[in-house]
Amino acid sequence: MGVALEKELGTVHGEEMILNIGPQHPSTHGVLRLRVKTDGEIITEIIPYIGYLHRCFEKHCENLTYEQAIPFTDRCDYIGSMNNNFGYAVAVEQLMDIKVSEKVEYMRVIVAEMNRLASHLLAIGTFGLDVGAFTPFLYCFRDRERILDLFEMLCGARLLYNYIWIGGVSHDFPVGWVEKTYDFLDYFEPKIAEYNELLTYNKIFIERSADVGVIPAEVAISYGVTGPNLRGSGVRWDIRKEETYGIYDRFDFDVPIGTGAMGSLGDCWDRYYVRLRELEESVKITRQALDSMPRDGDVHAAVPKKIRPKAGHVYSRTESPRGDLGFYIASDGSDTPIRLKMRSPAFTALSCLDEIARGWMISDVIAILGSLDIVLGEIDR
Amino acid sequence: MVDYLLDIFSGIGWLSASPNLAFVLAVTLSGLPIFLFMAVNALVAVYAERKVSAFMQDRLGPMGQGVGLHAGKWGLLQTVADAVKLLTKEDIIPASADRKLFILAPFILFIGCFVAFAGLPFNEHVVAADFNLGIFYILAMGSVGVIGVILAGYSSNNKWSLYGAMRSAAQIISYEIPAGLSLLAVIMLTGSLAFRDIVAAQTGTTLGVLPSWFIFDNPFTFFAFWLFFVAGVAEVNRTPFDLPEAESELVAGFHTEYSGMRWSFFFLTEYANMFIVAGVAALAFLGGWLSPFPGYFEGGLWGIFWFMSKAAFLIFIMMWFRWTFPRLRTDQLMRMCWKFFMPASFLTIVGVGIWDLFIR
Repeated sequence: MGVALEKELGTVHGEEMILNIGPQHPSTHGVLRLRVKTDGEIITEIIPYIGYLHRCFEKHCENLTYEQAIPFTDRCDYIGSMNNNFGYAVAVEQLMDIKVSEKVEYMRVIVAEMNRLASHLLAIGTFGLDVGAFTPFLYCFRDRERILDLFEMLCGARLLYNYIWIGGVSHDFPVGWVEKTYDFLDYFEPKIAEYNELLTYNKIFIERSADVGVIPAEVAISYGVTGPNLRGSGVRWDIRKEETYGIYDRFDFDVPIGTGAMGSLGDCWDRYYVRLRELEESVKITRQALDSMPRDGDVHAAVPKKIRPKAGHVYSRTESPRGDLGFYIASDGSDTPIRLKMRSPAFTALSCLDEIARGWMISDVIAILGSLDIVLGEIDR
Repeated sequence: MVDYLLDIFSGIGWLSASPNLAFVLAVTLSGLPIFLFMAVNALVAVYAERKVSAFMQDRLGPMGQGVGLHAGKWGLLQTVADAVKLLTKEDIIPASADRKLFILAPFILFIGCFVAFAGLPFNEHVVAADFNLGIFYILAMGSVGVIGVILAGYSSNNKWSLYGAMRSAAQIISYEIPAGLSLLAVIMLTGSLAFRDIVAAQTGTTLGVLPSWFIFDNPFTFFAFWLFFVAGVAEVNRTPFDLPEAESELVAGFHTEYSGMRWSFFFLTEYANMFIVAGVAALAFLGGWLSPFPGYFEGGLWGIFWFMSKAAFLIFIMMWFRWTFPRLRTDQLMRMCWKFFMPASFLTIVGVGIWDLFIR
């Protein structure tokens, strides 16, 4: 409840109005519809309606071979495609007991962290846009664009990469890619200070985001909220640290958590700032991985000729930019899974919207939605 | 300008015979340049805004190579192309809208702004209607527009428009008070509501170097200038006070349902209102048409030049605000007005009074 607001405005009750935010609305981050009950500008109830982007991902996968499912994982969370590829590949490899080469492990970490940078940049920028700051959004896109250029050089695609394969990656890094990535990191690191100057410590921005949409840690845990949203509430939980996959245990990085520096713990500002600090951590990881990556080796060495896992099932989880991305795959020994279930971190983040945004104003709901950083492609699947 | 034309007309035989006709003719002839000025102002301001925002955002903005499919050299024809597009666009009135009010709303908004322009002097001679209470008249006419905004929001029969209109009504009416009160500081010092006297009181220098504009007169008037300017920005619904048309929240606020020509009237008015706020601030605090180098570059066309540059500079600051700041929330906006701007503007009045009586 917006306790602060209530204290400020007192309790005034008028007639309630039902308002549909979306599916065609500039700030719903995709085709989401929020059915909102409003009392003046104050929200008394929010019901999110999803399914406008439902593409039967899980059902499709039951009729596709394992490698054919990879492009579909791209299209789930289209902002962090590399991380989705990664999560799926890790799950299938666990099911088939495949051990990929050292070089591939490093390459995967590099592209996944670069994609995390791109995804968090988009989250920060659009959150700024949601509270009315246009310029930081374009600054973020300017830098995200350079990451996309690097990915384009890497695999020809700018959004849907299909890069991480089961047992390997699709191409080796092209000549000059590593140097260009170093250049980008050198260029990018000082830019984080620029975002801080322009947006993070802006008085109006703090007014709009601090104390707004507080998720207490126990609420976050009970709803299964993960990723930066959970860490914003002060819970140090990162799959990369807690249940290490790939080679994440070799890198030295912190898991930033919210501190309630500007308002209360778990508010929009905390979630925003966790993402901003994760930019620094991702840069750190990428740098370490680039430094210690073996320069030669076949990236297709461990790619199986035929993907037919033996009967059984697996649940594996990875840390996507949005949180705990889980894949459950059940196999009957044929070349298609009999069941594939994806656990979407954005879905759980959206599910707590009613609880945290009730009692706030329309403008705050837009801000809270932006701070949760949802991707509808992943929620609807 | 009306009086000047009436003088000329009284010398012409057939016109002096019918004073009513002469009056209508004089008003029309002096209104026409205002209309043209408003249109040109919008064209230039839109282009400037595109370029200013682009350079602030590390972009180039509209660019092109020449006339044709491109928008002219440096995109100079971009706003012309925009204007042509808006004029030729289909005019849509939603079936469920209140037709009469929907059509009427943009005109009320436009007329409120247009008549306010009549009182705005560009130098000591160039003014459509020379009042002895010009500053009061402009403030009064500036608030006529809010009726248009409310009508637009109400008649569209759209919940977003209604929210925009309600926010706008609360905002414009609230911020008018601090804007008016901070101008009172200047009026106290000059004892006149006419722009001619207000500007005349600012001639000369303070401390030998600074032009004795009211902004430099004493600390309280300096404060009053910023109060007026920020309240003015709030009155014309610019970021960080653009809640009535908050794109990320209310889609487009009160003009969500408008398109084509009718929509462009809202746009024209927004930029014209910006010019009025900047112009009044320049006249009341920045010496209007007076040169910043007292004694040099004075009079005539220089006056128009200085006035326009001061107004343009203030408009640039408004654009700077827009592309730097996030947006406030409705209750924060109201709190700021009633709990900060109101007491502060009373304080400036008291302060200016004390300064003028005891310290000067």
